Amino acid sequence: MAVYVQKKPTSIFEKVNDETWRRKFLRNVLIPWIFIAPLLIIHILVVAVPAVQGIYMSLTDWTGIGMNVNFIGLDNYHRLFFEDETFAKALGNNIAWMAFFLTVPFILALFCATQLAQVKRGGMIYRSILFIPYVLASVVTTTIWKNLLNPRQGIGAALDNLLGLEDVFGVAFLGRRESALMSIAFIDNWHFWGFLMILFLAAMQSIPPVLYDAAKIDGANRWDEFRHVTLPGIRPVMLFMYMMVAIWSFLAFDYIFLLTQGGPAGASEVIATQLYKNAFFRFQAGYGAAQGVVISIFAGFIILIFVTLRRRGWDI
Amino acid sequence: MTAIGKVSLRDTVLQRGRSKERSRLLVFNHTVLLLLTAFAVIPLLVLAFNSVKTNLEIGQNPLGPPVNVVAENFPNAWERGNFAVTMGNSVIYVVATIAAELVLGGLAAYALARKRPPGSDLLMLYFLVASTIPLWMYIVPLFVQINALKRLGVDARILLIIVYVAGNAPLTIFLLRSYMIDLPTELEDAARVDGANEFQVLTRIVLPLTKPGFLTVGLVVGLGVWNEFLLALTFIHDPNQFPVTTSFYKFVDRFDRDWSLTSAGAIIIIFPVMVLFLALQRQFIEGLAEGGIKT
Repeated sequence: MAVYVQKKPTSIFEKVNDETWRRKFLRNVLIPWIFIAPLLIIHILVVAVPAVQGIYMSLTDWTGIGMNVNFIGLDNYHRLFFEDETFAKALGNNIAWMAFFLTVPFILALFCATQLAQVKRGGMIYRSILFIPYVLASVVTTTIWKNLLNPRQGIGAALDNLLGLEDVFGVAFLGRRESALMSIAFIDNWHFWGFLMILFLAAMQSIPPVLYDAAKIDGANRWDEFRHVTLPGIRPVMLFMYMMVAIWSFLAFDYIFLLTQGGPAGASEVIATQLYKNAFFRFQAGYGAAQGVVISIFAGFIILIFVTLRRRGWDI
Repeated sequence: MTAIGKVSLRDTVLQRGRSKERSRLLVFNHTVLLLLTAFAVIPLLVLAFNSVKTNLEIGQNPLGPPVNVVAENFPNAWERGNFAVTMGNSVIYVVATIAAELVLGGLAAYALARKRPPGSDLLMLYFLVASTIPLWMYIVPLFVQINALKRLGVDARILLIIVYVAGNAPLTIFLLRSYMIDLPTELEDAARVDGANEFQVLTRIVLPLTKPGFLTVGLVVGLGVWNEFLLALTFIHDPNQFPVTTSFYKFVDRFDRDWSLTSAGAIIIIFPVMVLFLALQRQFIEGLAEGGIKT
């Protein structure tokens, strides 16, 4: 039997030191980590662990139910890039989506923000109203626009009526292969661009007015001011949003799923809607997981581009 | 005297010239802004119009203002869309997520901003990297886990709330931490000198002073959860646990042709958001802008 010997502090100083060390450890290490732990653990369990599982799952042929899991290496990826033509189509749609969102909302938001920055009276009212679409739920926005784009009762039909035309604007924009994807992008943009505009406006308002005065003294016209004062001033926000929008373009789901489910005949299918169907309707969980990994790789690649540019001295 | 008078005269002349040009520019500004405002508002106006028309009237007049205002659409939609239940569910999702997020996020952010225990840099790096992982990377395995837990009898609503809390964790930590770092430490030190313990320092000093940060996170997270569609669609299958979004999705599917009913339902969903937005415009706009930039 071991004899428990308590080493008595030889001097009062040692005791005090011992105490303060423990208290310090408690106060500076243990308690802070106890504060951090709950959120960290939740995040690891919900995001990190399933993300790693997702990588493993993408290397199997698992259907999503049952115990029959076979490791098939990179077969899912091979199938994605070399066999599945619908995936190529979906990827192309994602890129078209990105091309739309990197231009249309940015031009609209930039233009509107420059106008709004010059208005003093009523600026707040415009700002609030233009922001409203952004706070609406996707289910609501899509319902509104589904009705508005109805070929017989929507805006198109009204426009045809007004101009005495027939079936020029009053067509099923969402139901036709050539217009479905861009119509969805238009609707999503109706919801989104106000947000971008607010970001640009905030950045413009934080540009020191002295710079504009200096430009005026140098004889700059409004275009010069815009090019040499406004644009450089909002550049960090713009480039950051370029990155975010490029990433979001590969994640797009809600609006497409709600408006067309990827149809007609896959015309508006993107990777995310395909993934959703593969994983949850078609019993191809492994294949769906591989698509998730591919989306993440694309997103990571975009981040990498921006990080590299930043390293090269761009100020982003 | 005369010199000053001359200068000021020249100034006013200059100003008059400038103000003429200015007003012409302002006309252009307002024209553009009014057009864009119309683009934002008209779809919502049509929705509001249709929510108080009968279907018969929508057939003849699908876009214009209503001739006869009927209010029955709202109780009808409320009843048939099971809104009494689903609105309650959404309120639960929103309130529980915000509460958990603010308590857990506040604790973590405080520890990271003030105590910086060993390993906090690594932790921030973890959250930074993890915040870039798209949902699509982990939704399939997460679905499997959640189904397994549901089979064990865990309430799906609790699981969804946990998923929401986790998804918003990086944003919450970044925002709250930056708010707390900006706070001068002298106040906290003074409280400690007066004998306050760590918990008291947090609740009496730090929390009241970082209220705007908590309000921002609360609004961003709350709006996100109220409008959230994909996760609710994936993880909640019992209609009595649906939030308004997925329940409205099924509702629109079922009453596809009944525009007056679906329009009224849409108004019901956006009503609480609009009221809150109009009451807290500045916080909403600045909060969402901040949340968008910092994540």
